[in-house]
Amino acid sequence: MSTPISPLILLHPDDNVLVVRAAIRAGDALDIDGIPITAAQDVTVGHKLARRALAAGDKVLKYGAPIGSMTAAVAVGGHVHMHNMKSDYIASHTRQVVGGSEGGH
Amino acid sequence: MAEMRGFLRSDGRKGIRNVIVVAYLVECAHHVARRIVNLSDDMDVHLIGFPGCYPNSYAFQIMTKLCTHPNVGGVLLVSLGCESFNREALRQAVADSGRPVETLVIQQAGGTKATIEAGRAAVARLKAIADQTPVVPMARHELVVGTICGGSDGTSGITANPAVGRCFDWLVEAGATCIFEETGELVGCERIMSDRAVTPELGAEIEACVQKAERYYTIMGFGSFAPGNAEGGLTTQEEKSMGAYSKSGSSPISGLIKPGDIPPSGGLYLMDVVPDGEPRFGFPNISDNAEIVELIASGSHVILFTTGRGSVVGSAISPVIKVCANPETYTRLSADMDVNAGRILEGRATLDEVGAEILGLVEAAAAGDRTVSEALGHQEFILTYKSFEPVGPACLPTRAA
Repeated sequence: MSTPISPLILLHPDDNVLVVRAAIRAGDALDIDGIPITAAQDVTVGHKLARRALAAGDKVLKYGAPIGSMTAAVAVGGHVHMHNMKSDYIASHTRQVVGGSEGGH
Repeated sequence: MAEMRGFLRSDGRKGIRNVIVVAYLVECAHHVARRIVNLSDDMDVHLIGFPGCYPNSYAFQIMTKLCTHPNVGGVLLVSLGCESFNREALRQAVADSGRPVETLVIQQAGGTKATIEAGRAAVARLKAIADQTPVVPMARHELVVGTICGGSDGTSGITANPAVGRCFDWLVEAGATCIFEETGELVGCERIMSDRAVTPELGAEIEACVQKAERYYTIMGFGSFAPGNAEGGLTTQEEKSMGAYSKSGSSPISGLIKPGDIPPSGGLYLMDVVPDGEPRFGFPNISDNAEIVELIASGSHVILFTTGRGSVVGSAISPVIKVCANPETYTRLSADMDVNAGRILEGRATLDEVGAEILGLVEAAAAGDRTVSEALGHQEFILTYKSFEPVGPACLPTRAA
């Protein structure tokens, strides 16, 4: 086991983001699915980088599941966070009101 | 590795332990029951009980399921005498299950000292009978495994939880039964969960159950399912919930159960732990062990407990395997942990490798090995008041005709 260990974790094969396992510094050389990328900025542990180029409106997939949508485009290796994605979740009680039925009890 | 083996019970289920349970039926009998357990000085004599004097059908159901759990080989009931718990119905249920059972009533037995002495003799008799239980080989598909997270942090959702999810996938694939819960922490992924349900009707039940949890917690004053903690890298409610949800793996969801319901067949089950109706008795689960007790009442042989900040608990009746998500926590609390999933963060192991390690430990526990918390003597137990309606017909898988 002497190969350098990637600072990125793929949680599910369908994911379009990778989770940062070890802090990344701007300028670090990254390998994302065989594509060499230079990190544009510092990214701390637990944050996400794009596994492929994403456009505004694309679903963000983590754990193989949609966790929100992009609000702006991002290149491979770009930071995916609050500034370029948003929740698609509407609380079910809100959804009920939106749907015009507030339920009987 | 040693082979898995089970204690064969009269209903055909197999236990991985042969525990003698000493159960107090009201807080007033707690001290006497605890002394009986402590003086027996036996790792397989466990204390459980219900503290309340008022009747509660949920508590009766859970106590009954626990006293007839496959890991239990005999039961001693310790009653004060005037509490409302239906001790005769519980005794009858245990006797009907083919297990040895005895009842001591403190008010009739001559008080504290006399009951403790009588209890020690009763435990010895129960143990002698339980020791004759046939021990037979046990296969992976016969396992029932529950999972819970406690003391979570930002690492839980990327190391320990998905590693447990891999283990769950392999268990379900082999025909085993796996149970996850914590619907209050699954808000935001109800649609994703319902898509995984084996029928649309079950999917609708799952969505309704998360909606119930959301409403219940809002009334309890903990409705602030705020968008996830951004500094840890979380962005949305869905992402935060998915971290907890990842313990369930990726198998289809076969059914929705409530505490004490025994899954009718192998597969992945969601347990709805939030009471039905208007909130009456306070928080659904006041601490992690309340959820562990419910997972065990539904038949779990083993509990997989993921923790980031570091819990030390175990449980009465079924062993707990602790999977530590955070490598720094592991350094401080390694003597309390079974698995260091933090190695994933350090790049020293993959999710699959840690998942396989967890599966190996489940099988080792079923072969008789003590888990870390079990060997340390942890036997936490808590049971409080709740109320539930039975699950609807869409919640359980129907057998093929």
